[in-house]
Amino acid sequence: MLGLSLAVPVVGAGLILLLRRNPNAREAASLVTAGALFAIVLRVYAAVSEGGRPSLVLAEPIPGLPLALEAEPLGVLFALIASFLWIVTTMYSIGYMRGHHEKNQTRFYLFFAFAIASVMGVAFAGNLFTLFVFYEVLSLTTFPLVTHAGTEKAKRAGRVYLGILFTTSIALQLLAIVWTYAITGTLDFQDGGILNGEAAGAVVPILLGLYVFGIGKAAVMPFHRWLPAAMVAPTPVSALLHAVAVVKAGVFAVLKVTVYVFGIDFLGAEGASVWLMWVAAATIILGSLVAFTKDNLKARLAYSTVSQLSYVVLGAMLANSWGVIGSGMHIAMHAFGKITLFFCAGAIMVAAHKSEVSQLGGLGRRMPVTFAAFFIGTLSIVGLPPTGGSWSKWFLGVGSLEAGQVGLVAVLMVSSLLSLAYLMEIPLKGFFGKADGQAGGHGGHADHGSADAHDDHGHAPAILRWSMAAIVTTSVACVILFVYPEPFYRLMSMVAGP
Amino acid sequence: MSTHLPVLQVVVPLLAAPVCALIRNARAAAVIAVLASWATLAIALSLLGDVMSAGVISYALGDWVPPIGIEYRVDIVNAWVLVIVSTIASAVAPYMITSVEDEVERRRIPLFYAAYLLCLCGLLGITVTGDVFNVFVFLEISSLSAYALIAMGTRRRALTAAFRYLVMGSVGATFIVIGIGLLYVMTGSLNMADLAVLLPEVWDSRTVKVAYGFLGVGFCLKLALFPLHLWLPNAYAFAPSAVTAFMASTATKVAVYMLLRFFLTIFGAPFSFGVMALDRVLLPLALVAIVSMSLVAIFQVDVKRLLAYSSVAQIGYMVLGLSFASVTGLTATLLHLFNHALMKGALFMAMGCVVYRIGSVHIDAMAGLGKRMPWTMAAFVLGGLSLVGVPLTVGFVSKWFLILGALERGWWPVAVIVLLASVLALVYVWRVVEAAYFRPYEGDEGVGVEAPWRLLVPTWALVGANLYFGINAVRTAQVAERAAEVLMTGVGP
Repeated sequence: MLGLSLAVPVVGAGLILLLRRNPNAREAASLVTAGALFAIVLRVYAAVSEGGRPSLVLAEPIPGLPLALEAEPLGVLFALIASFLWIVTTMYSIGYMRGHHEKNQTRFYLFFAFAIASVMGVAFAGNLFTLFVFYEVLSLTTFPLVTHAGTEKAKRAGRVYLGILFTTSIALQLLAIVWTYAITGTLDFQDGGILNGEAAGAVVPILLGLYVFGIGKAAVMPFHRWLPAAMVAPTPVSALLHAVAVVKAGVFAVLKVTVYVFGIDFLGAEGASVWLMWVAAATIILGSLVAFTKDNLKARLAYSTVSQLSYVVLGAMLANSWGVIGSGMHIAMHAFGKITLFFCAGAIMVAAHKSEVSQLGGLGRRMPVTFAAFFIGTLSIVGLPPTGGSWSKWFLGVGSLEAGQVGLVAVLMVSSLLSLAYLMEIPLKGFFGKADGQAGGHGGHADHGSADAHDDHGHAPAILRWSMAAIVTTSVACVILFVYPEPFYRLMSMVAGP
Repeated sequence: MSTHLPVLQVVVPLLAAPVCALIRNARAAAVIAVLASWATLAIALSLLGDVMSAGVISYALGDWVPPIGIEYRVDIVNAWVLVIVSTIASAVAPYMITSVEDEVERRRIPLFYAAYLLCLCGLLGITVTGDVFNVFVFLEISSLSAYALIAMGTRRRALTAAFRYLVMGSVGATFIVIGIGLLYVMTGSLNMADLAVLLPEVWDSRTVKVAYGFLGVGFCLKLALFPLHLWLPNAYAFAPSAVTAFMASTATKVAVYMLLRFFLTIFGAPFSFGVMALDRVLLPLALVAIVSMSLVAIFQVDVKRLLAYSSVAQIGYMVLGLSFASVTGLTATLLHLFNHALMKGALFMAMGCVVYRIGSVHIDAMAGLGKRMPWTMAAFVLGGLSLVGVPLTVGFVSKWFLILGALERGWWPVAVIVLLASVLALVYVWRVVEAAYFRPYEGDEGVGVEAPWRLLVPTWALVGANLYFGINAVRTAQVAERAAEVLMTGVGP
């Protein structure tokens, strides 16, 4: 099953390449692959929730360092989210890529599939070495997606993207990995951690710091610049990769290292993670503050992501079970919330050709579904009921209190208020703001936009129906996760039972 | 027959060379060169197999018993280096046929193959012999033929590059022969195993230490350790492409082998590390080489020169492994001998393909080649990733052991420098990738098309080896580790 989870997207990529002459068949292949992958991950989930740990050795590049897969609850959680949201994003892409007249769509779907295969590798990595390999493959396979537009700006962004991700991972993360190996003689993920009892003193906080900063995809400041830069990518890429797959691969790796390499009991006893808690807290607040200053909608969402990712890092650094549970839940909840917001941003761009927050006045009355979904997504990001985001915030708060860090609870509250303010501005403006006069956008696409803008949904071209279905799915999921967070909670309590 | 394998390793190319020179037919000479190269690989592999299972092979040349006569002595260390040299020769020789026809004057081609075979013979001879004066003889054979090979480059500057190499190389060889002479004065022996037994008695004498110094400088000139590397970039940049691919992956490797053999087997690890503090001398030089030469490489516009500077940096990695004075460090060195040969071979061969089609490897001339020469540039990208040390390529394997060795000694700043240098490598590889894939093609329509398969197949054979031994390094790591143990413990029985 684990082998299949890697093979299916790769085979899917082959199909996409074969069917490149027929866009409908190509997209159908994408959808079928995504569905098949989700079904496989569900079966892995079933096996793991019964206590199984399926595993598979792919190769052994260096003696004692196999390239191996092993499914454990945390990885299953990540794989579930990524594979489910791949289906939704594929639906969304069909509408968006055609509605936005993007070029090179085959290349887009192709590398998307490769990226998902590497995400599965990250999720099911059985040791640090395997995690590192797929982490790097993920950077490489998403590069063509980031530079998709091929413009000078996209190329510059691509350079920042690969530059930061490679530099941090090679200079810091790899160092930490070899160091861990030199200390323990193994890189396998083990319950309770492999460093537990092997290392002590100043080595532990330094090593943990190397991991947290070395995993550049977690976007802990000051290594966050690649994420806003990557927003030049087409919106579905920003949505799935830079709200879910890539960034979550980062925080997932941080969480996995915390739990299975250090062990939370060991970290808690050493107090090695305290300094990093405050680094994460600083990123949370600073990310929110920067988000305020951004008028470009996608840039604002990107900085919001930077801030939210550090919630997950913070939860891991709390080094107690509530923190870890909150952290894992936040991977899931933020994924659903943020992807909704990105989907909406993309829909607004395609249907109304607006990309700046200040242009959105009154648009909500023409695109009610989109803006309602944006409202729900906002609630989930802020952590208000009735959305799933409230659970992860709750557990993170409990974890902070248990760690005796009242200051962190205050940070969580302040940042929630900040995110409420900078995100809620958008639906409020949409529903109650004044239209800026020239509806239907401007520039070369103007008449196209307004010609299609008034069919059955009242606001979008017909092809966008696929996209609308995706938006509705994820926003409804945000609400469902409030009532039924059970699967994610159960997986996380298998990782770190309170 | 199989008992004569050690000498056949040298005799096959040595006899093939005059045949090539006499035959005066380009195609026939090429075929002979290819067959001779393949034969050396078969011999080297069979020697490695024998040594792995049966231990040291000693071959008395002309049945003169050592230490009076010349002994060819094959242990796991030089069997490994023999495999490296002959593997590269086997990949480059078929590549030469097409590449050399394009770059070398037609009437000189048979002589070119003769020089190539002599060079190969010299390199294999240095490696296989157990006699220090014999090392010098083969060193001269390989060097003189190398000067001739480099001088056959298309541009006039190849002549000055070859001359410069000749001057520096001769200085190096002279230093080495002075060192050998001093050793002979002190011990009365030229046999390596014999020397290893006799030398500890005279450790204290100043003459031995002076001999050590002469040998050290001589080897470092030959292996182009910073700051004695000045001959290398021009020699590599102006030599015919196939020669660059061959020399870059073999000549410096054999020089590193000489250094290891003399300082660890003959003088012994206790003398080198304990008395002469070799590790403390080499460590700073290696680090400066790695960082400064990677930085210089970033600013090169001729891609062959860029790769040449990268080679000087990579030699730094090999010397760095030695300076850890540990089995892990030496494993890294020995692995990197092989791995670097594979990646630089592949990269220089890819550049040879570019030269074949567009006649230049200036970074601007390579704009847009990603679409026009997809296979060539894909080979370059994979070789480049290996150079950076991306997992699943051979570059990662050697870097892994190198960093492990540094951390074992507790030298984490060294580990950081090694990793940062990988990022520098990423930058200089990336400059080429960006030119090839992100800039539009500017040359003539008919010129920049994919290289012929006769060039691509050998290139991709090395690229494939880069990936294969990156994904499955168990065997190579085993051999390198056993060889490192042999070197650290000194001469076996």
